[in-house]
Order: sequence, then C-alpha cells, then structure tokens
Amino acid sequence: MSDVRQRDDLQEPAWLRAILIALAVLAMLALVVLPLLMVLGAAFAKGFGTWLDSLTQPDAVSALKLTLFTVAIVVPVNAVFGIFTAWAVTRFEFRGKQILLSLIDLPFAVSPVVAGLCLVLLFGSSGWFASVLQHYDVKILFARPGIVLATLFITFPFVVRELIPLMQQQGADEELAARSLGAGGWTMFRRVTLPNIKWGLLYGVLLCSARAMGEFGAVSVVSGHIRGLTNTLPLHIEILYNEFDSTGAFAAASLLAGLALITLILKFWLEARHGDALAKSHRRH
Amino acid sequence: MATPLRNPIVDTDAPVATLHTASASHVTAAHSTAPAGPVTLGAGNPALHPHATGMDLHLRQLSKRYTGVAALDGVDLHVEAGELVALLGPSGSGKTTLLRVIAGLLHPDAGQVLFGRNDATRLSLRERNVGFVFQHYALFKHMTVAENIAFGLRSRPRSKRPDKATIKRRVEELLGLIQLPGFGDRYPEQLSGGQKQRVALARALAIDPTVLLLDEPFGALDAKVRVELRRWLRQLHERTGQTTLFVTHDQEEALELADRIVVLREGRIEQVGTPDEIYSDPASAYVFDFIGRANVLEGEVRGGRFHLPGHARTFSADGVAEGPAKLYARAHDIAPGNDDEGIGARVTAAYRLADRITLELHVEGQARPVELDFAATPGLTTPAPGSDVRLVPLRYRVYSA
Repeated sequence: MSDVRQRDDLQEPAWLRAILIALAVLAMLALVVLPLLMVLGAAFAKGFGTWLDSLTQPDAVSALKLTLFTVAIVVPVNAVFGIFTAWAVTRFEFRGKQILLSLIDLPFAVSPVVAGLCLVLLFGSSGWFASVLQHYDVKILFARPGIVLATLFITFPFVVRELIPLMQQQGADEELAARSLGAGGWTMFRRVTLPNIKWGLLYGVLLCSARAMGEFGAVSVVSGHIRGLTNTLPLHIEILYNEFDSTGAFAAASLLAGLALITLILKFWLEARHGDALAKSHRRH
Repeated sequence: MATPLRNPIVDTDAPVATLHTASASHVTAAHSTAPAGPVTLGAGNPALHPHATGMDLHLRQLSKRYTGVAALDGVDLHVEAGELVALLGPSGSGKTTLLRVIAGLLHPDAGQVLFGRNDATRLSLRERNVGFVFQHYALFKHMTVAENIAFGLRSRPRSKRPDKATIKRRVEELLGLIQLPGFGDRYPEQLSGGQKQRVALARALAIDPTVLLLDEPFGALDAKVRVELRRWLRQLHERTGQTTLFVTHDQEEALELADRIVVLREGRIEQVGTPDEIYSDPASAYVFDFIGRANVLEGEVRGGRFHLPGHARTFSADGVAEGPAKLYARAHDIAPGNDDEGIGARVTAAYRLADRITLELHVEGQARPVELDFAATPGLTTPAPGSDVRLVPLRYRVYSA
C-alpha cells in the first residue's frame, strides 16, 4: 500500500494528469474518431439501399476485386521475402549488412509518388525496359503488374521490420540445436523457426495488408485510372469524389475504413493475446 | 544389468522392463555411494566405463583466426572413448571456439577433427551427429518436454525413423534417466533451470551421439543447483559412458567433474592432465593462478635456489632458469612456523570463518599481500593484527618471471 502511495506522490499532480489525459483523448476524438464517424454518416446519409447500390456498381466491384487481387499477391510475396531477408540479416554476417538494413527502410523514407515514378522510368514507353516489353507485348504500366509492383515496393518493410528484432531477440540457438539433432533445413524451419515467429509474422502480414489495401500515391502514378480495369478502391474513391458523387465516394470509403477496422481489431487481439511472442523492440508503425 | 556391455539408453533392442529396472537400481546405487569429488582413476580406461559406447576423438593442429586474432592456435588433443573432459580457461582463451569447431558450428582454418577413424572436418553440424547442449538450454519453447526429446528421432529420414511406439518408449526411458518421469507433457517454461538443462541433455542423448558437447552447461544456473547438477552429470556419465567435452571457466567445476582437464590460454593448450595433476603440479604460473587462489612472492633464482630479497631463507628451484622468478604457494599450503624457520611476516588482518582461520600478511619487500589459511584447532588463538609470525611454505612452485 505504502508503495503505491509513494509512487503517486512522485508522479505529476492529479489535476495535471487529468488535463493531459483529457487533451490526448480529445485530440484522438477530433482527429481520428470524428472523421471516421463522418465518413460513415455520409456513406449512409441516403439510406442503406443507396449505400449498397453504389457498392454493387460494376466499377466499384471491379475496384474492390482489383484491390483484393493485389493484396492476395503482395502479402504472400512480402511475407516470403520478408522471412528470407530477416533470416539473412539475423543469421549471417556479411559485408554491407548495414546498408541492406537501411535499404529495407527505403520504402518508408521515399514518397510513394516517387516510387511510382521510378516504375514509370523503368517500364514506361521510353523507359529502360521499353524495347524488351514491346517485343514480348507485355504491359506493366497502366495494368495490373504495375499496380502489384508499386504496392510490393511500398509494403515491403512491414513484415521484415517485424521479424528482424524478433529473430534477433530469439537468437539462433534453437535452430542450431535442431540442426545438431539431425533436422534438415526445411524441418528446422517448419518445426522450430516458424512456430517461434508465427505471431510476429501474422502481425507483419496484417500491417502489410492494411497498407496494401489503402495504398494510393504509388498506385495512382502507375495505374492509368482505367475504370473497371486498373482502378483500386482508393483510386475509385478519388474518381467518384472528383465527380461530385459524394455518396458513392463515401460508401466506398466506408468499405475501406471497415477493412481497416477489422485489421485494427485483429491487431489489438494479437497484441493482447500474444504480446509476449511479438518483438519487444520499439515499434515504428 | 542384462546387457552390461551395451548402453542402456541407446539400446532399443533390449526389453524395456529390464532397462527400467536397470536404470532405477543404478540411480539408487549412485545416490547412496556417490563418488563425489574429483575422479582420477585411470582416465579413459575402458574397463572403468563398462557401458562405454562413445567414440574417441582426435584433434590435430586445429587453427582458427578471427580478423587476424588467433582464437585457436594449433590445438592437438586426444580424447579417449568414454572420457569426460573439461575445456577450462578464461574468456577469450578459445575454449568455446574449440567446442564449436568440434561440433561443426565453426569451420577451422586448418587442422583436422576425427571421430574415431573418420575425418569429420568437412562434415556439417547435422552430419556429425553430436549431442550439443547450450548454456541457455535452447529447448523448443512451443513443444512439450516429450516432443523436445523426441525431436532428433522424429527428424530422421523416413527410412531410418523408429516407429512411434519405439520413440515413445525411448522418451520414457530418457525421462527416467534424467529423473523427470511424468514431466513429458509439460512445456519448457514450466520447468526450473536445472530441469531444463536435464531435458536438453536428454534431447541430446536421444540421438545416440558420437560425442556429447556441453557449452558452459551450468553457467545460467544458481550456485546450489549448479553443484547438484554437476554431481548428477558425473553420475550420469558413469552410467552412459558417453565421450563428453564441456566448456567451463569455473576451475572448481572442472576439478570436481572431469576425468581430465584441458587448460587453454590464448588459443593454445597450456596443460592437459587429471584434476590431481593440474592442481598439484601446475605446468605454469598461468595454470597455478587460474586453478585456485595463489600467493605470489617475487625474487630471483641463483644457483638453483630461489632467493627472496631481504630474507635469509632460500627455496629449491630445480630446473628454473637463473634470473627473476616468482614463488607460487596456495594459502592452505603455507603453515605458521617457529622463530628460527621460514620467512618473517606481519599480520595485517585476521578472519575467522567457522573452522578456518585466514590471515592476511605483509612480507618485507613484497608488494602483494600473502594469504595464509589453516584449520582452527581447539586451543589455537588467532594472531592479532600487527603481530609477527613466521611462514613456512609447505608446497610451492617456482616459475621464472
């Protein structure tokens, strides 16, 4: 009891604490919760029927399909390469490791628009690979491959960033023990490494999918905005909004927000349930 | 006792019941007549290890450098089948590097590792079939104790994998051997440090390893558990006869547990010998100093005698080069003497511990204090600080400085 009292005495005065907490809560309400509620309000302003109608339009459906298609490719690819990269960085010593680590952060550092422009530079009609692409009649820009590539680039760090501190913290002893007991590489990974990193991996995958669904900047540059073909959900929202179809825009936005909320709830559950199995290091995102 | 020449743990053909009773009777026997203390009876003599199934181990001219610094510098060593050997040295002496090279966790720059007659130098960790025990246990956290122990057997290629019943039986045997029967369903986090390390040992023994390698196996445990566990390991070794090497920086651990001790210094072997040899006949000042607390007196060797400056008494120093030298003696190997013998010294502090008296003394002309330690027999009074005493080194060694 005396312990608790002493700690209270050492803290800031009660009124100051109350004010600070209230300010934080107010800021959250004003900046995050209120806009979200307004999106939902605007989406359902003309009733549930209108909301459903605007979402079942062919363009909206195809935008949702493309978004899910992109996520379905990007997330597994980034999960696999994330594991590879985290493995390389935490289990081997090699020259240029620090540089590689900085490069992993690059997609966070550059603006998504710049990332999109890089793709244009590489695969555009006057880009480096233009002649090769023309020869084989492969379309990357203004088509699905471009959207997938742009999203891959932007979301690459999420899984890696989650796994590196986790695997560093766990060390290689268990894996070496498995090797010494005669396990092959695959057995070791499947039965020792993967169970140890699974929650961290899931967490990374979750963040990666949330970002992949919402990515706008880079995708906007490479997509070409072809309705029904290369519009993802965020691009679809922008077009509707620019055309003053606010009900349609907000309906689509509410869908995106709903997906984000589901991600958030899953993330919350993961942290509450398996917090000890996630990396203990400082989180950046 | 049905199969005295076979290893009871690894012999899957023998009937289970026999194995259980055999192990159980061994356990009780070991408990009642535990041969505590250093075992120095003819190290590596197969006759003393009736169950010896281990392989002998040859290390030839092993060298390993890290960024120009030699971690191993031409190490030659022969470990007999069934021997329990301690690799002893301070950090940076190369003991862990040596263990890792033997295990195949590190590749040597030069030299050979031979298991029996097979050159294992180019084999990987996986191919060497060694039992490796880590300081921090490295148990698989998400597997039960039984699954941990069974891991090695289950990971074998299908053609060599024992069937489920055999694996289960072997796990039960090993749980009995490590005295944790009924712990199979627990998870590592539910075990104490000592229990975890025993499970790690069982897991390593399950694959019937060529050699057992332990990397500071007691390093993460608290003092009491450490002593218990090392006595237990000694008994276990008596029964299994596994060729075993363990790394330690604790000389007490090495002296108590090992058949032979390898003292390492800067990547080289400084001395190899039984605990008795190492303790009573240290080959160098380094070994003397490392193996226990040492008193050092500085002086010089002239005409085969060690002279202490300012003192009349000289000491024999056969075979030590002329010139500056140091005399090393342990605190309990120095006795208080009468007025006409030994070296004069003044008591600076006196401590009485239950049955021992420890004196801290200043010897004229010596920078370092000398410690003397003797039994507090009844009637003996502790000399007061400031009083003069005479010191008679009973056992000592002189090394050139």
